[in-house]
Amino acid sequence: MSLSNILEDWSRYRKDREDGGFHDYEHMWGMAIDLNKCIGCNACSVACYAENNLPVVGREKFSKGQAMHWMRIERYWDEPDLGDDRISEFNQHGANFIPMNCQQCNAATCEPVCPVAATYHTPDGLNAQVYNRCIGSRYCSNNCPYRLRFFNFYSYYEDAWPAPLEMQLNPDLSVRDKGVMEKCTFCVQRIRSVKDKAKMDNRPVADGEAMPACAQTCPTSAIVFGDLLKHYDPDTNAPETKVTKMWRAHQVELGKPRQNKQNPELRGYRVFEGLNTDPCVMFLERVREV
Amino acid sequence: MSKDINEDIKWAKINEDVLRSMENPRKGYWLAIAGCLFLLAFAVVAEIYQYNVGMGPANLNWPHMWDLYIATFIFWIGMSHSGTLLSAILHIIHADWRKPIYRFAEAMTTFTLMTAGLFPIIHIGRLWNMYWVLPYFSDRGIWPNFRSPLVWDAFAISTYLTSSALFLYMGSIPDLAICRDSAKGWRKKLYTVLSLGWRGDDRQWRHFRKAYLLMACFLIPLAVSVHSIVSSDFAVSIMPGWHVTTFPPYFVAGALYSGCAAIITLFIMLRYFFRFEDYMTIPILEKTCKLTFAIAMVWTYLNIIEFSSVWYGHDPIAKELLLAKFTGPYAPYFWAMIFLGSVLPFTLAFEKLRRNIPAMMVVSLLLNLGMWLERWMIVTPTLSLAYSPAAHDVMWPSWVQWFIVLGSFGWFGLLFLIFVKIIPSVSMYEVKEMIFHRRHMAKKDIAEVMHRRATDKKPASETPGLEGA
Repeated sequence: MSLSNILEDWSRYRKDREDGGFHDYEHMWGMAIDLNKCIGCNACSVACYAENNLPVVGREKFSKGQAMHWMRIERYWDEPDLGDDRISEFNQHGANFIPMNCQQCNAATCEPVCPVAATYHTPDGLNAQVYNRCIGSRYCSNNCPYRLRFFNFYSYYEDAWPAPLEMQLNPDLSVRDKGVMEKCTFCVQRIRSVKDKAKMDNRPVADGEAMPACAQTCPTSAIVFGDLLKHYDPDTNAPETKVTKMWRAHQVELGKPRQNKQNPELRGYRVFEGLNTDPCVMFLERVREV
Repeated sequence: MSKDINEDIKWAKINEDVLRSMENPRKGYWLAIAGCLFLLAFAVVAEIYQYNVGMGPANLNWPHMWDLYIATFIFWIGMSHSGTLLSAILHIIHADWRKPIYRFAEAMTTFTLMTAGLFPIIHIGRLWNMYWVLPYFSDRGIWPNFRSPLVWDAFAISTYLTSSALFLYMGSIPDLAICRDSAKGWRKKLYTVLSLGWRGDDRQWRHFRKAYLLMACFLIPLAVSVHSIVSSDFAVSIMPGWHVTTFPPYFVAGALYSGCAAIITLFIMLRYFFRFEDYMTIPILEKTCKLTFAIAMVWTYLNIIEFSSVWYGHDPIAKELLLAKFTGPYAPYFWAMIFLGSVLPFTLAFEKLRRNIPAMMVVSLLLNLGMWLERWMIVTPTLSLAYSPAAHDVMWPSWVQWFIVLGSFGWFGLLFLIFVKIIPSVSMYEVKEMIFHRRHMAKKDIAEVMHRRATDKKPASETPGLEGA
């Protein structure tokens, strides 16, 4: 390790910082989740457990709040005692569901606070977590307004998969040890293999080719996944991705803390976008008849 | 008004009294050591368990990623600040009543920092990789994230620890020389090395004064910045209850507050155990109490500012959190903190109570309990009640966290107990200075000499002959 090496490293580091910590985006993976379609069946959550080697922590640790569900279904009941008959009527229609996975914010609050830069933004527009670099200060989770980061409070792998269950672990990604933060990656291992395949075939990644486990599993196709950067290109005649189409149809745009919709009836919104986190997941509000 | 210090004490008696405190320990000392080791043993057991199993048994959970460890970390960091207040700020404003009590306060600074520094290490998930927050030259060109307040913490605390340890050591060199001159055996060898060949000649004193003043000037902004940086751990985040603009001054005020209360506690204990009644006098205790009272009121004021800015800020989530602090599951602790931090210090406003040593002992301990609760009430309610309603949760710390928190007091006590037997806990040379000044400043002609600058003209008829100048 020479002095010139050090200086070179340093200047590269500084340059990356000035560029905003990431390079030009190749992709911007995003989602559109239609809450009208969500039936709260938890299949996405289960699929996530299977795909991403999430440990099943058991009843005791779950009740202590030490579970590892990257994709969780949040249930909200209308309050029955608000004094409004109309609202209590909704209760008979059941709960409201909202599937929450990492929102892959473009201005992620978790990234600047990590002391060792274990979480950063990739050229894919993903908010990546480097397990090997993580020291477990847990500041990222504290600073996530969505609370979508999960910490390995134990060496869960030791008893999460008693033999022969360890045979079903996904070999495409690691099993995490204690003391490491983790969260939804938009199934980065799938995106990676799709990108590699497209590169070998010398073609761009097609829409729908990369598909996270939750979107694949959703029985009502409530979750649409795709590249938010792929707009219609008149030169190559490349079509717009489905997710971009939905974002455009609902007049939700990236990079805005407040959407300027011409039509207030449009259902698209992003969770806590007023905090200027610029999340890449758009939800379509549920419409309920009275 | 009674005098701060008896001006007729003989200097040999000062040496004798202070050196006596460093002689063979009595039974109580060993009992105290045993008590501290006992407390520390709890923490060691808990930490070994936590190291092997993970952070789970500590009852940390999602969303309570931080809890008592960080709260206690801030508590200890905060306590360190008043040592600097006494030794540096009061030094440059020439408040000479600090002289008999600053040495142990300065030692407290160093040892509380040594205690506080352990907590971030204990609290991180993979403590064997702790050194990654330091910007060492890595072959892979990986740097820490300089945008993170936790990295600023690492810099701030290590700088503060180094400089305050240096300041403590430097300030005690003349005293170590006194120890060297009277010690025998291995202690003589130790102090010979530690006193760095101090002979007390003019040149040495001149350099010593300059270096001491320089360090004092360096330490003051450092102390203020350290706790401001610690506060940015919270203020930089976007969480309600943490994202508060007034946090840096609020933290510094809280730091000085708890530190002053701790000084009162240690003051009383040293005065009692080492019979330092001649040096740690009631008027000095009173002055410390008044200082604590003033800081307590600053702290109260900043509390009111924080609450009212949240209230009138109309951020619904921050407001909800504030109301939850008032009425929610943490409300008993919150109101205990308000009572101990803002109401109890009014006992310091009454002369009769200020002069009552047992009362002050109890009050100072309770004030520090209040300040510890304050730190807990900063960290935990925000975690339990932030933006996402799905993550609203109340979690109480388990025995692992309590053991480690208790053990940290044992660790601090142990360091302090070792300190009082190695370095004089009352600064002998500065007490002499103080007495000298008090004795002679009253005489007009001598005061004139003392205040003359080097460039001023000397009257011809001057004879020095001031004792020990």
